[in-house]
Amino acid sequence: MSNTTAVLEAKGLGVEFGGLKAVSQFDISIGDGELVGLIGPNGAGKTTVFNLLTGVYQPTEGKFFMNGEIMNGKPTHLVVHSGIARTFQNIRLFKNMTVLDNVKIAFNRKMKYGLASAVFRTGSFWKEENEIDEKARELLKLFHLEELADTKAGNLPYGKQRKLEITRALATDMKVLLLDEPAAGMNPTETAELLESINMIREKFRISILLIEHDMSLVMKICERIIVLNYGQILASGTPEQIANNPDVITAYLGKA
Amino acid sequence: MPKARKIDYIINLAGVIVLFFLLMFIFDTELLGRVRSYIQGIVIIAMISIVMVCSLNLITGFMGEFSLGHAGFMSIGAYSSAVVTMALENAGIILPDLLLFLIAIVIGGIITALMGVLVGIPALRLRGDYLAIVTIAFAEIIRVAFTNFQITGGGKTLSGIPKLSDYHYVYVITAISVCVMYMYVRSRFGRCVRAIREDYIAASASGINVTYYKVMTFTVSAFFAGVSGAMYAHYITSLIPTKFSFNYSAEFLTMVILGGTGSLTGSVVGAAVLSALPEALRSFQAYRMLIYSVVLVLVMIFKPSGLFGSYEFSLPGVLRTLTGRKKGGAKDE
Ligand SMILES: Nc1ncnc2c1ncn2[C@@H]1O[C@H](COP(=O)(O)OP(=O)(O)OP(=O)(O)O)[C@@H](O)[C@H]1O
Ligand SMILES: [Mg+2]
Repeated sequence: MSNTTAVLEAKGLGVEFGGLKAVSQFDISIGDGELVGLIGPNGAGKTTVFNLLTGVYQPTEGKFFMNGEIMNGKPTHLVVHSGIARTFQNIRLFKNMTVLDNVKIAFNRKMKYGLASAVFRTGSFWKEENEIDEKARELLKLFHLEELADTKAGNLPYGKQRKLEITRALATDMKVLLLDEPAAGMNPTETAELLESINMIREKFRISILLIEHDMSLVMKICERIIVLNYGQILASGTPEQIANNPDVITAYLGKA
Repeated sequence: MPKARKIDYIINLAGVIVLFFLLMFIFDTELLGRVRSYIQGIVIIAMISIVMVCSLNLITGFMGEFSLGHAGFMSIGAYSSAVVTMALENAGIILPDLLLFLIAIVIGGIITALMGVLVGIPALRLRGDYLAIVTIAFAEIIRVAFTNFQITGGGKTLSGIPKLSDYHYVYVITAISVCVMYMYVRSRFGRCVRAIREDYIAASASGINVTYYKVMTFTVSAFFAGVSGAMYAHYITSLIPTKFSFNYSAEFLTMVILGGTGSLTGSVVGAAVLSALPEALRSFQAYRMLIYSVVLVLVMIFKPSGLFGSYEFSLPGVLRTLTGRKKGGAKDE
């Protein structure tokens, strides 16, 4: 465990679907700037943890906190406002909207102009629209997507769609980023690019990351701490070396291969 | 405001004004001779439909949800405004026509918008088929209510509504309504609604309050359905609840789909064509619903996104294309 105070914290978190405990007794504490890995076999409950931590599912047991504030019962958009953002295992972009608009959506919270301003195209309308436009383009630039700003998001190649999803999550101004298998389906070049992006956002934005990933070499390389989930429960947690040498983990997960 | 944008707005405004004078030239001279009032009637009904269809397109096209009871909202605007203007007249308050007309529009719009909020908050928790059923049920309830309320005629025709909707007024209100809806969809509100249509889970994960923007759009849509209803009531001057049946809602939906879900231009053209066409082909009147169905099937097969898809007409854009200066088509904002 790191000594820094926890940004995101869960205590005994769990959810049940009609008697099936998809996740139970899940504890986590992510410090400022930490990169924690969440691994486990298929169906272990990793994505379910993300759904719990973003208010998509309401926990049937336990609690979770963001900067000490309890998050149970909050709808997704309010969880996002408090600083937790995510990407999805099967990319979810606004496919028929432009790359730029995908990012601008996440900036919507920063925009305050009302209906009347929109209808009469007042000064505040143009000011805010232009500001957000600029901010969104700046973010896109960081991910080398700015030339594609006017392309339909659905027309981007796979690797760039993943990057755009991360860009959009960053635009929500979050403190903790939950990445659900960002490298899935990527070729080695794309994976390398992704790694670069992750390092870049950690340096630039000082955020914490919780990463679900099946690519073990990637996980071992970049995570400071790893939590192993099996049948909805934490099997082990520790540094990459500890996890790699843990006999339980080897039999349950690594040994399977 | 960016300068180029300002010029574009002015050119579009000029287009609207030119069209207005064109209508005045046609209707206020002896150009049409004996068919003048007949043609004028068709044009007025077409404009009233345009407002209805654009408002329905906000829900069906931009938000991607079904509303099969939009005529219900129209009837609320029609009856509420008629009740108010009739009460004013009966009370012996003499107001200029224009003022009375504006009162009717505002009352019709606001009351209907309030109903939109009331219906929208519970109904918009539902999606797809369920929402469609709730909107049908809503329109039926409204219809039955208007059949039974004494103040709305108590099952008989409510007649004696002042005739206020002259084509000048209707034209101006229609132009303003379409313009306001256009500004709405080309703002952060429209952007959020489109995102919600594309993927509401991703939208909420991007910090968008999905219910809020849905209810807001539903309310804006209801407001303009009410405006349309108010204009209708004060043109037709007598109302009967059965007019606002499911069939009427379905007609508007056909116009939306023909024009293009997600294009207000399409709605304007769809409404104008489909409301004027049956009038023009009077002898086919009996086959109107049949023609509509055939049109729908053909559109669905050959161009599911409707005639205009998501294209928006803009006069400067077209001028640029014509003069070959720049590729046309409307741009955001
Ligand atoms: N909404 C739901 N209703 C019922 N069961 C669910 C629901 N969501 C998840 N589950 C179940 O919870 C278990 C964990 O699923 P989850 O998607 O979290 O696994 P995962 O660890 O992300 O797996 P993968 O590596 O394949 O993505 C599965 O058995 C799944 O069927
Ligand atoms: Mg998963």
